[in-house]
Amino acid sequence: MTQLFLSGTWGTLRLFLLTLVGCLVLGTILAAMRVSPTPVLRVTAHTYVNVVRNTPLTLVMFFCVFGLPYLDIRFAESAGLNSMILATIALIAYTACFVAETLRSGIATVPVGQAEAARAIGLTFGQTLSTVVLPQAVRTVIPPLGSVIIAMLKNTSIASAFNNRELMSAMRNAIELRGDLVITILLATAVVYLVLALILGRVFDLLEKKLVILR
Amino acid sequence: MSAPTQVLFDAPGPRARRNNVIMSVVSVLVLLGIIAFIVWKFYDAGQLEPNRWSPFTYTGIQQVLLRGMGATLSVAAVATLLALAVGLVFALLRLAPTRAISLPSTIVLEVFRGVPVLLLIFATFMIFGNRIGPFWSVVIGLTLYNGMVIAEIIRAGILAVPKGQREAAMAIGLRSSQTMGLVLLPQALRAMMPTLIAQVVVLLKDSALGFMVTYQDLLYQVNAIGRQYNNLLPTFIVGALLYIAINMIVAASAQWLERRLQSKTAGGSGPANAID
Repeated sequence: MTQLFLSGTWGTLRLFLLTLVGCLVLGTILAAMRVSPTPVLRVTAHTYVNVVRNTPLTLVMFFCVFGLPYLDIRFAESAGLNSMILATIALIAYTACFVAETLRSGIATVPVGQAEAARAIGLTFGQTLSTVVLPQAVRTVIPPLGSVIIAMLKNTSIASAFNNRELMSAMRNAIELRGDLVITILLATAVVYLVLALILGRVFDLLEKKLVILR
Repeated sequence: MSAPTQVLFDAPGPRARRNNVIMSVVSVLVLLGIIAFIVWKFYDAGQLEPNRWSPFTYTGIQQVLLRGMGATLSVAAVATLLALAVGLVFALLRLAPTRAISLPSTIVLEVFRGVPVLLLIFATFMIFGNRIGPFWSVVIGLTLYNGMVIAEIIRAGILAVPKGQREAAMAIGLRSSQTMGLVLLPQALRAMMPTLIAQVVVLLKDSALGFMVTYQDLLYQVNAIGRQYNNLLPTFIVGALLYIAINMIVAASAQWLERRLQSKTAGGSGPANAID
């Protein structure tokens, strides 16, 4: 039983870490596109964010895990690894929208003078964004970014319905094994999620203390 | 330049304009390439053939989709009302002056806010499912989670009302329940309307999880149709469009409400009303 939960927790963490990296990268790209001088990129990013943000994650996952194989898109030989990669893609595609929106609100809080000064010394748009505006923007949005990431941790539970080995599927297996301990197992799962969320919350608190700029 | 963030780049000169055109052309080409690739993939897999899409013209299928939509909307509506009620109660409990009340409610709130909403729905279904059925399992799961999030939103809203408002209310002799109900809450509600509506959209999307406890909502019907007619991808796309339409309507009504409330607030703070 402990074994089951340990491997489940590891599965959740793996999904979480992969998605974390992916959604930060894709979210930053989307945010940069939304403020870029090229109208086409702005419109594209805007459309993508609005479409995916308004679709339930369950449906996004359905599309990725069950739909993409219809299009002959496969990433791994083994079915388990394949559905993990597809579920990760779904999580990244979904969470990146929220990361992008958060970053964009952060960019809006950076004083106009900063960008103007950067332009005045001759930095290009890419340089202005990456060396002046984004570093400040990220610091101001650490608390909301934290809640987006914590929400993503909880959203990894949805992957359990798509042939993924993680905490929720471990819980369901455990309940099948020991039907008499349903409530204990449910509570144990809740505790693991709570602990993970609390640790993550502490990490973001520390980051905030270290980095945040008050305006 | 209509871009709201135009401080990031200058009004384009001749060179920038040329670069812009080049960038636009390149990105349009890349985008078209991606779209063409997707369409080709769909075509290659035979997903674009008319018989995959024709089921959506049958009235039977349309009715099933409508029924699913009704089920999704009704579960979301009931859960929203309950979550607002639970949220209000917990916000007030957390703001209670006695620690004996505020501390336990804080713990309960943090626990329910810290676990996945799927776990809550699942747990309710596992423990009470036989007696209350999937509909109420989903409603209770959604209410527990979103109620706690809404409680935090309301609490933040109440704390954001300027301190002078409470002091003034106390000074003219209102009881603390009157201060809360007549002075603080109405102002807080207006300020947090956008966040509240955003949470309602989250709740609506989370209601799709009801599918996992056999609640026959929109997603359930989409999945059923897709499997029956062997057209999963087209049905997913139709289902996504329906969800997006619902959520956009909710978001648009939020904006409308916000504008209305704002114009009211502006009128309310005028000198005419300040007298009485």
